Amino acid sequence: MTVTLPNPAATAASPQDTLVPKRTAWAAALAFVRRQPLGTFGLVIVVVMFLAGGLAEWIAPFDPEENDFAAMMEAPSLVHWLGTDQFGRDIFSRLVFGARTALIVGFSSAVLGGVIGLVMGVASAYFGGWFDLIFQRVLDVLMAFPLIILALAVVAVFGTGVFNVIIAITIPLVPRCGRVVRASALAVREVPYVDAARALGFSHSRIVLRHMVPNVLAPFLILLSAFVGQAILAEASLSYLGLGVQEPVPAWGLMLQGGAEEYATTAPWIAVFPGLAIMLTVLGISLFGDALRDAIDPKLRDR
Amino acid sequence: MYLRTGLLAAGLGLAATIAAVPAGAQTPKRGGTLVYMIPADSPPSFDGHRETTFATVHAAAPFYSVLIRVPPDNPASTTEYVCDLCTEMPKPTDDGKTYTFKIRPGVKFHDGSTLTAKDVGASWQRIVFPPQGVTSARVSYYAMVDKIEVPDDNTIVFKLKFATSAFLPALADPFTWIYKKEILDKDQHWYEKNIMGSGPFKFTSYDVGQAIKGARNPDYYHKGQPYLDAIEGIFADKQAVRVDAIRADRAAMEFRGLPPSARDSLVKEAGKDVVIQESDWNCGNIITPNHKKKPFDDVRVRRALALAIDQWAGAPALSKIATVKTVGGIVFPGSPLAATKEELQKMAGYWPDIEKSRAEARRLLKEAGAEGLKFELTNRNVDQPYKFVGTWLIGEWKKIGLNVEQKVVPTGPWFQAMRGGNFDVVVDANCQSIVNPALDTGKYLPKSIYPESYGDYDDPKSAELYNKMLRESDPKAQRAAMRAYETHTLDTMAHAIITPYWFRIIPERSYVKGWKISPSHYLNQDLANIWLDK
Repeated sequence: MTVTLPNPAATAASPQDTLVPKRTAWAAALAFVRRQPLGTFGLVIVVVMFLAGGLAEWIAPFDPEENDFAAMMEAPSLVHWLGTDQFGRDIFSRLVFGARTALIVGFSSAVLGGVIGLVMGVASAYFGGWFDLIFQRVLDVLMAFPLIILALAVVAVFGTGVFNVIIAITIPLVPRCGRVVRASALAVREVPYVDAARALGFSHSRIVLRHMVPNVLAPFLILLSAFVGQAILAEASLSYLGLGVQEPVPAWGLMLQGGAEEYATTAPWIAVFPGLAIMLTVLGISLFGDALRDAIDPKLRDR
Repeated sequence: MYLRTGLLAAGLGLAATIAAVPAGAQTPKRGGTLVYMIPADSPPSFDGHRETTFATVHAAAPFYSVLIRVPPDNPASTTEYVCDLCTEMPKPTDDGKTYTFKIRPGVKFHDGSTLTAKDVGASWQRIVFPPQGVTSARVSYYAMVDKIEVPDDNTIVFKLKFATSAFLPALADPFTWIYKKEILDKDQHWYEKNIMGSGPFKFTSYDVGQAIKGARNPDYYHKGQPYLDAIEGIFADKQAVRVDAIRADRAAMEFRGLPPSARDSLVKEAGKDVVIQESDWNCGNIITPNHKKKPFDDVRVRRALALAIDQWAGAPALSKIATVKTVGGIVFPGSPLAATKEELQKMAGYWPDIEKSRAEARRLLKEAGAEGLKFELTNRNVDQPYKFVGTWLIGEWKKIGLNVEQKVVPTGPWFQAMRGGNFDVVVDANCQSIVNPALDTGKYLPKSIYPESYGDYDDPKSAELYNKMLRESDPKAQRAAMRAYETHTLDTMAHAIITPYWFRIIPERSYVKGWKISPSHYLNQDLANIWLDK
């Protein structure tokens, strides 16, 4: 038996609905650009990064992993726009492919960590009691470690490589998401339609996944955008410490490590450009995330 | 441009070294304290018989004597050995199976007691035939020794099972410090935590992980030496700290070796105040395929791995960024037993025509059904030169269509992977002290004979060729036997791939005189002949 519960908000039509025409997506985007110039700047950076990562094969003028001993540590020139590194590899090409590595690690970790944290956080709020108590203490333990320290510990156990780095960054993100989402879900748990769903005998998983999760998506999406930046930064840090992605895979942290330690004075471009790429990307994601929060959160929207 | 300037400066620095330190041209001055950097956090123990690390040698060698050694004024020699505690180098008797050494009279330990042949005998007994519960790291070097006898207080006799040219170099090993018998008789482990020898400097203090200090031994038996009043070794495992210390003249030098970038930066910034000594290093990375894993059990695949690598173009390029330089086979390039370039070029991995070599590699892979092979290269998490070599190799293998991922692990798991056979292909290392090819090449024997051979193969032919070479006393015949063993190892069976030998770069403040570089960072470390021109 299926029961459709009437939504009072939907049935009580606002008089404005009939007077103000609905904004198109284009108009909404323009409004976003006008209201959030910094956020738009961040969005542009994110889009450029996506394009670079997605179209790396077509954008990069050289194979990012090909050693060219005839061109070792060449300064930026018309041939090598951002110069070459100690193995003669084109830095621009490595940056472009490095964007892909950053995207893969950043988005995979953020989405994976976020989704697991979302489900667990909502479940914790929904079930409450002992389950909530124990689950929250586990989160307390995990959150006692700074993200990078926990990621380092995980890499020490599982080893290096792209897949392991994703796992290493995902694990510390889970409690961070779980804690925030639980707070929102606690409020949702008390609303009548959850009680109604319970009364109608819906399964726990259905209530959690279909009725509670969609209602905490707004804070979750904002959190997700922050996680992407954090994950990219964590990946760069792990690679910088020699515990993330390994040579010759192009990765910004790895490029920075190779350049900063040995060639900071003799060939500074080796470290400067990947450093700039990391900084701009994290800044871009952060600005976009802030703007997104302002746009989505009704309390901040009209400020 | 920067690189060219750096290299030019480094070249000038090297030239300045040669010009500024003509051997024996200046009279050594007495006095002063040598402050030097030790690139480690601390030695695991002070017992040279037990340890294998340079951290122990750089910290404690100045406090000890040895029986024989490489000449301190010519430590680069791979064939000369001179007495330290003995009075003259003996001529072997009994068809090369007996060596009788006379011990220098009047040598005193730092506690004032007299050093006799009994102390030398007790120390060598401990090294060659360690008692229960005592670890001697180099027992395998002395497999030819049958017994050690001390007929009187001035004489020690080594009796061998078979004559071999490997014995004298093994005897000159820099870890074979002479301890006091009376102390050893009471406690075999006393020297792990304490220092008391008869070397040029007397131990004064040690702050764990900070510094070790010594003062001049006025009773030292080499007349006039040591020239310094004191020494101070500062522990610093971070390269940047060591380079900064030398740059700022907080330390005069370090003895292990720095990468080319550090050399160029020091020479550029310190100018004529820093000079550089450079040498080929008796260390190298060995690329070892796991013979127990498919498809590396197939010699065609192993040969293809070797044939893909352009050693002749790679070595000079890598030498600009990593501590490697000279192309060589299984024998250190400076040794008379080493292969010439022409001899090397006949073996897989050294062909002069790289295109032809790679075409053959592709053919072999196709024949073995291993085209586009994907595997892991396990490497040690050490930049110089391990990761540089690993990255270079992956680029070379990519050129024949191989897809290789580098798996970098810390030192402990790296050893674990090698010992447990848990790898596809591994970047191993063979780092020796004194150049002793007959023993150094034991690394390429099957694991059943040489436990630190990690390819995990059975190869009776290899053992047969090695034993023939080891027991050959005629230099010409031994050289031929070494070629046969080398060809079998690197070409016929392709058990391993030798990458360019490491290259030692030692920067020192220009006022440091008397010390000469050798092919090993373990050698010539008693510091007796160093003086300061201040």
